Amino acid sequence: MAESLRTPFFMSKTEAELRQVFLEQVKQIPAGERIKRCIQCGTCTGSCPVSYAMDISPRELIALFRAGEMETIMKSRTIWICASCYSCTTRCPSGIKITDIIYALKRTAMEKQYKSKSPQVQVLANLFIENLMAYGRLHEGTLIRKYYMKTNVAKMFGLISLGRKMFATKRIAIFPKKIKQHEALSRIIKKAQEIEIRHTPERMEYSPDYVGYKAIGEMELEQRKGN
Amino acid sequence: MKYAYYPGCSLEKTQRGYDESVREVFRTLDQEIVEIEDWNCCGATVYMSVKETVSLAISSRNLALAEQMGLQVMAPCSSCFTVLSKTNRILNEIPKLHSDVNEALAEAGLNYTGKTKVRHPLDILMNDIGIEAMQKKMKHNLNGLKIAPYYGCQIVRPDKTFDDKENPILMDRLFRKCGAEVVYFPMKVRCCGGMLMTTFEETALKLNKELLECAVANGADVIVTTCPLCHFNLEAYQDKINDVYKTNFSVPILYFTQLLGIVFGLQQKAIGLDSSFIPLGDKVTSLVTV
Ligand code: SF4
Ligand code: SF4
Repeated sequence: MAESLRTPFFMSKTEAELRQVFLEQVKQIPAGERIKRCIQCGTCTGSCPVSYAMDISPRELIALFRAGEMETIMKSRTIWICASCYSCTTRCPSGIKITDIIYALKRTAMEKQYKSKSPQVQVLANLFIENLMAYGRLHEGTLIRKYYMKTNVAKMFGLISLGRKMFATKRIAIFPKKIKQHEALSRIIKKAQEIEIRHTPERMEYSPDYVGYKAIGEMELEQRKGN
Repeated sequence: MKYAYYPGCSLEKTQRGYDESVREVFRTLDQEIVEIEDWNCCGATVYMSVKETVSLAISSRNLALAEQMGLQVMAPCSSCFTVLSKTNRILNEIPKLHSDVNEALAEAGLNYTGKTKVRHPLDILMNDIGIEAMQKKMKHNLNGLKIAPYYGCQIVRPDKTFDDKENPILMDRLFRKCGAEVVYFPMKVRCCGGMLMTTFEETALKLNKELLECAVANGADVIVTTCPLCHFNLEAYQDKINDVYKTNFSVPILYFTQLLGIVFGLQQKAIGLDSSFIPLGDKVTSLVTV
């Protein structure tokens, strides 16, 4: 409980850890540092086709990040319901890549293993990856079957008539097929995973500048010092 | 010209109508397309949202293979198109990620410079081949057919691509030349919800209902799409939308390459029209070559 109390100039351990992972992700977005230029105009929210179904609007995500409320973001429905349509990114007057920022937030939540209010998105993502690893290409039949087994078995019955239509029009591949160079692809993935781990940041020391408007500026500075 | 063809997973089977019509239209226009040998899934938006380096490495494998062919990539699926283009952009702008990706690719004896261009067939048709060359192959005109051109979100975003981000017009222009009437369709780049149809069905149904409503209210006979996900959501879930919203939509959804194939007088089967779930309606049917 103590951690949820906000004391000025104090950043909880959880917050520090979340920011550290998130800021590391932001560095990998071209022009990601523009997040500090948000003017809170709300154009993103107004352009978003699903903002009506979100608990925190895209604009609020940025405000919460500034305020040092990463945990609230992690627990939101917003980061999972984003459909990646890039409306917000296209229209943001400050050139902020909101869609990519939401990706970064998703990755942070997954890495820190946050239990989400919408776990089905993670289930789908994990099964997608499993599927890709196994065959090198996506086998939609396997993916959808496993997804509904894990999330809502009853729903599978609702899909029977669709499945029949797909079958009748020869739009279903019954068996998954591996790509020929599956082995080589697996080696690429394995190596990339190792690289990803190598980059996992070290523990972040507390600094009051890690929240608020300076958060990203500080990160850039560190990068420069490092180089 | 010759292009390295990247069909992507959904075109392989579930959206075979798109794949078949793309191949047939290009054949008719005497353009060579060579499928990238042993391509892998680009990772779609899903992978991008989970692991950065891994997602870049797997999409780069395809680009590296195309680079060996010395050709530009043609990717009809919006999601593949965006992911592959975005991979290029990130590799070119963030050198560290570029070297990481090449380190991973080296495991399979591959290397990628970041220079392979990724193109959408709509772009190629309009800007490389051109309307004049296409007009020479036209056998039917679409007089009297009203179409709603639906671009979806990802072929024109997030970065500058080949058409306007808010009001793309290439498809409008193409089909107007074919004689069709392009109806007012302000939702032409509005999102269909994509994978939300699986994860947040209610929300996605609403988005698609709004799209159908807008097209029908403006008098469209068909919706013409450029994206397998949009196509699937609008077509395969139309019944469900009718159930949930007590509507009675029966709007045929065609790929732009299928409609172009009809104009070229190509056979119904060759352009995958036999894979449609929704009856094509009298106007379209009267033009189709059986
Ligand atoms: S549109 Fe851009 S500047 Fe405006 S609130 Fe959203 S992120 Fe901030
Ligand atoms: S990318 Fe996500 S947050 Fe942005 S407008 Fe689309 S759905 Fe909304």
